Amino acid sequence: MDLETLLSFDWGTMTPEFIILGFIAILSVADLFMPKHVDRKILGWVGFAGVVLALASLVSLIGTDTTSILYDTFRLDSFAIAFKLILLLGAALVMLLAIDYKHNDGLEDNKGEFFYLFLSAVLGTMFMASSGDLITLFVGLELLSIPSYILAGMRKRNMKSNESAMKYVLNGGISSAITLFGMSYVFGIAGTTNLKGIATVFGGLTDPQHIYILGLAFFMIFVGLSFKLASAPFHMWAPDVYEGAPTPVTAFLGAVSKTAGFVIILRILLSIFGYVPVAQEDGQPIPLLFAMQDYIAFLAGATMIIGNVIALRQRNIKRLFAYSSIAHAGYILVALTAMSFITFDAIWFYLLAYVLMNLGAFAIIQVITMKNGSEDISHFAGLYRRSPLLAVGMGIFILSLAGIPGTAGFIGKLNIFMGALMVDQAHYVLVSIMIATTVVSYFYYFGIMTQMFFRPASSEEKIQLPMGTLVVILVTAVGTILFGIMPNLAIDFLHTNFNQFMDFMR
Amino acid sequence: MEFNYFLSLLVFSPLLGILLLAFMPKTNESGIKMLGVLATLPSLVLALLAYFSYRGGSDLANFSEKFRWIQFGGQGAEQSGMFTVNYELGIDGFGLVMVVLTAVIATLAAIASFHIKKEWKGYYMLFLLLEIGMLGVFTAQNLILFFLFFEITLIPMFFLIGKWGYYEKEKAAYSFLIYNGLGSAVLLIVIMVLFSRTGTSNIDMLRVILNTENAPMFAPISESLKMGLLVALLVAFGVKLPIFPLHSWMLRVHVEAPPSIVMIHSGILLKIGAFGLIRFGMGIFPEQFADLAVLLAVLGVINLLYGAFLAFIQTDFKMVLAYSSISHMGIVLIGLGALNEAGIQGAIFQVVSHGLISALLFFLVGVLYERTHTTTLANLGGMAKGMPLASGFLLAGAMASLGLPGMSGFVSEFMAFLGLFEEMPVLAAVGALGIIMTAVYLLRAVLAITYGKAEREFVGVSDIRSFEWAPVLVLIGLIVLIGVYPAVLSEPLQATLETILMGIGG
Repeated sequence: MDLETLLSFDWGTMTPEFIILGFIAILSVADLFMPKHVDRKILGWVGFAGVVLALASLVSLIGTDTTSILYDTFRLDSFAIAFKLILLLGAALVMLLAIDYKHNDGLEDNKGEFFYLFLSAVLGTMFMASSGDLITLFVGLELLSIPSYILAGMRKRNMKSNESAMKYVLNGGISSAITLFGMSYVFGIAGTTNLKGIATVFGGLTDPQHIYILGLAFFMIFVGLSFKLASAPFHMWAPDVYEGAPTPVTAFLGAVSKTAGFVIILRILLSIFGYVPVAQEDGQPIPLLFAMQDYIAFLAGATMIIGNVIALRQRNIKRLFAYSSIAHAGYILVALTAMSFITFDAIWFYLLAYVLMNLGAFAIIQVITMKNGSEDISHFAGLYRRSPLLAVGMGIFILSLAGIPGTAGFIGKLNIFMGALMVDQAHYVLVSIMIATTVVSYFYYFGIMTQMFFRPASSEEKIQLPMGTLVVILVTAVGTILFGIMPNLAIDFLHTNFNQFMDFMR
Repeated sequence: MEFNYFLSLLVFSPLLGILLLAFMPKTNESGIKMLGVLATLPSLVLALLAYFSYRGGSDLANFSEKFRWIQFGGQGAEQSGMFTVNYELGIDGFGLVMVVLTAVIATLAAIASFHIKKEWKGYYMLFLLLEIGMLGVFTAQNLILFFLFFEITLIPMFFLIGKWGYYEKEKAAYSFLIYNGLGSAVLLIVIMVLFSRTGTSNIDMLRVILNTENAPMFAPISESLKMGLLVALLVAFGVKLPIFPLHSWMLRVHVEAPPSIVMIHSGILLKIGAFGLIRFGMGIFPEQFADLAVLLAVLGVINLLYGAFLAFIQTDFKMVLAYSSISHMGIVLIGLGALNEAGIQGAIFQVVSHGLISALLFFLVGVLYERTHTTTLANLGGMAKGMPLASGFLLAGAMASLGLPGMSGFVSEFMAFLGLFEEMPVLAAVGALGIIMTAVYLLRAVLAITYGKAEREFVGVSDIRSFEWAPVLVLIGLIVLIGVYPAVLSEPLQATLETILMGIGG
C-alpha cells in the first residue's frame, strides 16, 4: 500500500476512534511521567473528556453517507453510528463511576492504568461496531476482551478479584477459540474474510454439504459469542466475574461489553448467515438464519429461565445483578429470534434502555458497597431514610429493569413483544416464557425494594454522594423516565437519522 | 362546549398534590393531611362537572382527546397507519360512572387516611399516584395506555400495603404483587397479540376490526386464537375481580392493608376486573363471549356461594367482609353470564353499588379498629352502647350489602338475577340461595359486634366524630340515592349498554 492510496481513504470517518486512540496514548504517557504522589483521578477526567469528545465527533458524523475505507474492512454505516452512540454513552457514564471508585485492595497503585485500559476496551467495541471484515471483527473482539481480563483483576490483593480475572480469561479464551473455529469454516468455504464478499459467495451456494458445514459454523460462532452476551450456554462466568471485579468494571461488563456482544452478533449473523439459502419457498430462498430460529429461541428461553430463577437465591447484590443481566440478554435474544422489520429498532432501544438503567443501578450499588465494604443485599436496608435520592433512584432503575410501565424498560419489552408476535409464525411460547420470567423477576427486584423502603436502617448516617456518581444517577434516572414516557424521542431519532439501517449490507 | 385537556386535567391533577407534598416538611402532620385531601378535590370537582354537563345534555365524545405518542416501526408503518399508539383519553357512560365513583371514593379514603399513624408524606404521595392510575384506567382509549395506568396502580399499592399495613403486611404486599403481576402478564400477552397482529391498540378500532370479515390486519387472527385471547382475558381480570380460585391474595390484602387503602382496593381496584371484562371481553370479542356465558354464570354462582359460606364461619370481621366481596363479585359474573340487558345492567350496578358499600363498611372497620385495636368478632360486642351512631351506620351498610330494598344493593342483585332467571332458571335458583346466605352471615357478624356482651370493656370509646362524618354520610347518601332513584346510574349507562348489546346481537 503506497502513501497515495493511504491518503485517498476518507479518514474522517474514523474520527471518534482516533480521538479515543489519541487519549489512550496521552493517558499512558502521562501516567508514566507523572510523579507518584499526584492523584490519578485527573487522568480519569481527561479520559472522560476524551470519551465525550469522541461522542461529539460521532454525533457530527450522523447523516454522512455510508463509507467504507481500508478495503471494506472499516465501515461507517447507520448501524455503526447508532450502536456506537450507545457504546460511547455507556463508556462515558462508566468513566465517571470509575473516577469515583475507591478501594484499598491494591487498586490505588494502578489507578492510572485503569483508565487507559478501559479506553482500549471501548476502542475495541467501536471497531466491532464498524468492521466489515471477519479479521477486524475478531481483532475488535480481542481488543475488548484482553483489557477486560486485566480490569477484572485490578483489585490485586483481593482473592475474589483474582479469581474473577482468572475465570474470565479461561472462559474468554475458550469462547474465542470456539468463535474462531466457526469462522474458519466460513473462511474455508467463502475464500475471503470480507463480509460482503462472503455474502456474495454464500448467496450462490447450492451444495448441501457446504450448507451443512455452515450450519455447524453458525452453531459454533453463536455459542462462542454468547460469552460476550453472558447468555446460555456461556453464562456461568458472569456471577463470579461480576462479583469479583471492581464495581465500575462490573458495570462496564454488564452494559457496554454486552452491547458490543449484540453488535458483533448482529453483524456476523445477518451479513453472513442471512445469505445462505437452505431451502426455497415460493421462489424465495429461506436463509440459514431463519432456519436456525428454533435454536436461538431455545437458547433465549433457557437464558431467561436460568437468569431469573437463579437470581432468586442471591444475597450478594452484584451476583444478583449478574443473573439479572443474564436474563436481560435472554430478552434481547427474543428480539433476535423473531427477525421482523422492527428487530433492529427493538434491540437498539432495549440496549439503550438497558445501558441507562443498569449503569444507574450500578452507580448506586457502587456507593452502597463502598460505604459498607460488603455486597450483601441487607446493606440496602433503610436506604430510604439514609438517602431518599438514592432510594428513589434505585427504585426507578429497578422498576425499569422489571419492565413496569412508565419506564424505558417497559417500552423496550413492548418492542420485543411486538416483533415476536407480528411475524407469521408468532412465537407465543417464547413470549410467554419472557413474560412469566419477568414476573419471576419481580421477586428479587422487589426484594431490594423491600430492603430499601420497608426495613429499618442499621445506621442513621446520611450518605454523601461524590459528584461524578451523582451526575451518573441523575442522567440515567432522567433518561429512564424520559424514554419511558416519551419513547418517541428515541424512536423518531432512530428513524429520521438511520432510516431503518437500510445500508446495513450495501 | 369545548373540553380540550379536560380529561388529562382530571386524571393528572393529583400530580400537583404530589409535587407540593414533596416540598412539605416531613413533620408537618396536619398540613400534609390537609394537602393530601385537597389534592384529590380537583379530580372530584372535574368528575362531577363532567357528570352534570353530561346530564345537562352535552355529548361525551366532546371530552375525547388524542395526541400522537409512540410510532413503532418507522415511516413505512406510519404511512400505512399501523403500529401507532396515541395518547388518547375519552369516556363513555360506563367510564363516566366509574370515574365519578373513583373520584368520590378517593377523596373519602383520603379523609379516612387521617387514621394513618406514620410517614404521612410518603403515604399521601403514593395515594395520589394510585388515584392517577385508577382514573387513567377508566379513561384510557387504547389498550397500551390502559395497561400503563393499570400497572401504575400496582406499584403504589405494593408500597401502601407493605409499609402501612398490619402484622403480616410484607407477605400481603408480595402476594398482591405476584398475583396481580401474573394477571397483568397475561393481560399484556393479550394486548400485545392484538396490537402486533392488527396494528392498532385503539379499543373502538379493535372492536370494528375483529368483528368485520376481511378487515385489514398486519397478520391474521384465527377464530381459535380469539377464543384463546378471551380466555386469557378472563384469567387476567379474574385475578383482579377475583374469580374463585384466584382469590387468595385478595383476602390477605383485605386483612393486612390499612382500612383506608382497602376502601380503595375493594371499592375501585377490584372493579377494574369487571370493567375490563365488560369493556374488552364483551366489547372486543362478543361472539366468543357468548360462547363462554354459561361458564361465567357458573363461576359466578360458585363465587357467590363459596364466598357466602366461608364468610359465615369467619371469626374476624375483616375476613367476613373479604369473603363478602368475593361473594358479591359473583353477582357481577352472574349478570355478565346472563348476557341480556337486565343482566349486564345488574352487573354494572353491582360494580358501583358494591364499590360504595364496601368503602363504607371498611371505613367503619377503620373507625372501630382505631378505638378498639381489634377486629375479631369474639373481642368485640356491645358496641351499640358506646358507639350507637357507628353501630347504626354499620347496620345500615350491612343492610345495603344484603340487598335491602331502597338501597343500592337491592337494585343490582335484583336485576342480575332477573337477567339470569330469564336465561338459566335452574342455575339462578341455586344462586339465589347465596342471597339468603348473605343475610345470614352479615347479620351474624354485625349483631355480634353491636349487641351481645363485650368480652373486654372498651373504656371511653368515642363515637363517630369530626372528620369521620363526611365519608359515612356521603356514602350512605349515595347508596340510598341509587336505591331509590336508579336513574342516576342507568341513564349514563344506557348508551354503553346499547353498544354492548348490539355487539352481542341481542
